[in-house]
Amino acid sequence: MTLLKVEGLLKSFGGVTAIADLDFEVPEGVVYSIIGPNGAGKTTLFNMLSGIYIPDEGSISLNGKDMVGLSPHKIARSGVARTFQNLQIFFNMSVLENVLVGCHLRIKENLISTALRLPMAVREEAKAKQWAIDALNFCGLGEYISSPSDALSYGVLKRMEIARALAMKPSIIMMDEPAAGLNDTETAEMLSLIRRISESGITVLLVEHNMNLVMQVSDRVLVLDYGSRLAEGSTEEIQNNPQVIAAYLGTDTNDGVIGTKTGGSHYAV
Amino acid sequence: MKRIKGLIILAIILIALPILFPNNYFITVVGTAVALHAVLAISLNLLMGYAGQISLGHAAFFGIGAYSSAILTTQHQWNPLLSIGAGMLITGIIAFVIARPILKLKGHYLAMATLGFGIIVSIILVQAGNFTGGPDGLSDIPPLALFGWTISSDFHWYVVMSTVLLLIVWLVNNLIDSRSGRALRALHGSEVAAEMMGINTTSVKTNVFVLSALIASFVGSLFAHQQAFISPDSFSFFFSIELVTMVVLGGLASTYGAIFGALVLTFLPELLVVFEDYEVMVFGGILMLMMIFMPQGLFVALENLISRLYRNYFNPPLPVPASDGENHDVA
Repeated sequence: MTLLKVEGLLKSFGGVTAIADLDFEVPEGVVYSIIGPNGAGKTTLFNMLSGIYIPDEGSISLNGKDMVGLSPHKIARSGVARTFQNLQIFFNMSVLENVLVGCHLRIKENLISTALRLPMAVREEAKAKQWAIDALNFCGLGEYISSPSDALSYGVLKRMEIARALAMKPSIIMMDEPAAGLNDTETAEMLSLIRRISESGITVLLVEHNMNLVMQVSDRVLVLDYGSRLAEGSTEEIQNNPQVIAAYLGTDTNDGVIGTKTGGSHYAV
Repeated sequence: MKRIKGLIILAIILIALPILFPNNYFITVVGTAVALHAVLAISLNLLMGYAGQISLGHAAFFGIGAYSSAILTTQHQWNPLLSIGAGMLITGIIAFVIARPILKLKGHYLAMATLGFGIIVSIILVQAGNFTGGPDGLSDIPPLALFGWTISSDFHWYVVMSTVLLLIVWLVNNLIDSRSGRALRALHGSEVAAEMMGINTTSVKTNVFVLSALIASFVGSLFAHQQAFISPDSFSFFFSIELVTMVVLGGLASTYGAIFGALVLTFLPELLVVFEDYEVMVFGGILMLMMIFMPQGLFVALENLISRLYRNYFNPPLPVPASDGENHDVA
């Protein structure tokens, strides 16, 4: 079943076309990766899917519901979560509180009972705390629950952002370069985390430059080039697509297969 | 638990002071002013410290509350309690109307817009002489009466203001540690991430702006009934700056810090009468030095120092949290 459907999407910034007439469909339950060189329009696409930018033309529908023109908080309400390429951490809050913000839509709140701290509010708060702790444990961050967020390493913060997104109980999570800036161990952990997220039934939309990770974790891959679709298919189809190989590696290919080059996880552009 | 502890300590201090120093001018008169300023600073801190939206016009809401009460009770013979409610209603409507356009602005632009609003209100207070009495202000404002008990003496007012302070501290701390409070603070941390968590940032900003204006209006009305005389001087741009200084001095995003800031800045002019004409300069100087040397605020800095000393004295130092420090600047 199709979860996310994008048709004829177009976005330009002052004459520069960032996304040109893009179509794709994300089936429910898959890990769907979007790859392409820097400037191919991946983050612009994410920003449109999450309501930060409004597309010039085209439609975006989630579960058959039109999403174009909705503000980000309304899109979040329909089950879309995302993480950011440049971390967006609430540094003025602890790790637990950051993830509790992710529970925002799941907490039932009545201002009177909150202000007076009635038992109802206390119970709801305890429930939310448990959801947040579960999300942190799921991302392997159990030991950081009570840490302030401004004392943590980059890798931990990346996973905390994911925990925060998962605390929303989304139907789809959009991850913008989750492995960027991570070392090999952290990247391996990220790979297994993405797998676990997918196994828990959440559809994953992934933008990532680490081809090794993309090829290992994805069910389907969309290749963007200058804002339009260069190829789409299973990882195998993409790895053997001559156009993709040409765009990525030029004519000078090692063995013609992306991502199996030794250590060549980050391609140069 | 920490929340309750702070509140209990504050309550004990507020009760103990007049018992230890009965009929002391510094307790009943200055203490009442400290409590009033503290409530104002806490309300401004909600907006500035927690939600990260600066306001240089907070005195305007304080003034609207005070003048609403004064005008309704002196010129229309309203019941003081009713006039407090009416003042809050008027303030709430004004705050709601200006919130949306104003809070679309960020940083310096927001500061300018709130500054402009504050100046407009204080000009109206001076110029609309028919209602406000112009620069001479309004006098003969009736005292407040609660259930047949007329609040008249300085000590009565000390009790009322202390109770209001405790109540506001309790409510604000409950709020800060809830879903709405986290939404507020998330706004400060990252607006785009807050939106992506499903927080309607526009309405959260509007709500906190209105809430902080309502609190200011409420204590403005109390102020009018306490003083029995008000003039535009009390609600000028300089008072807004003083409130900002209190918040920054105590420490942004710290309720007890705001109280501490109010305490210091209310006592300073009392103790240093020589500064009278240079008060604003002294406040400006404090603000500058704070920003440079203690951006997290005096109260928070002291709190950290005490807890560090306490830890070193009673326990071995804790290991540094696992943070390799590398890759930290990639973001």
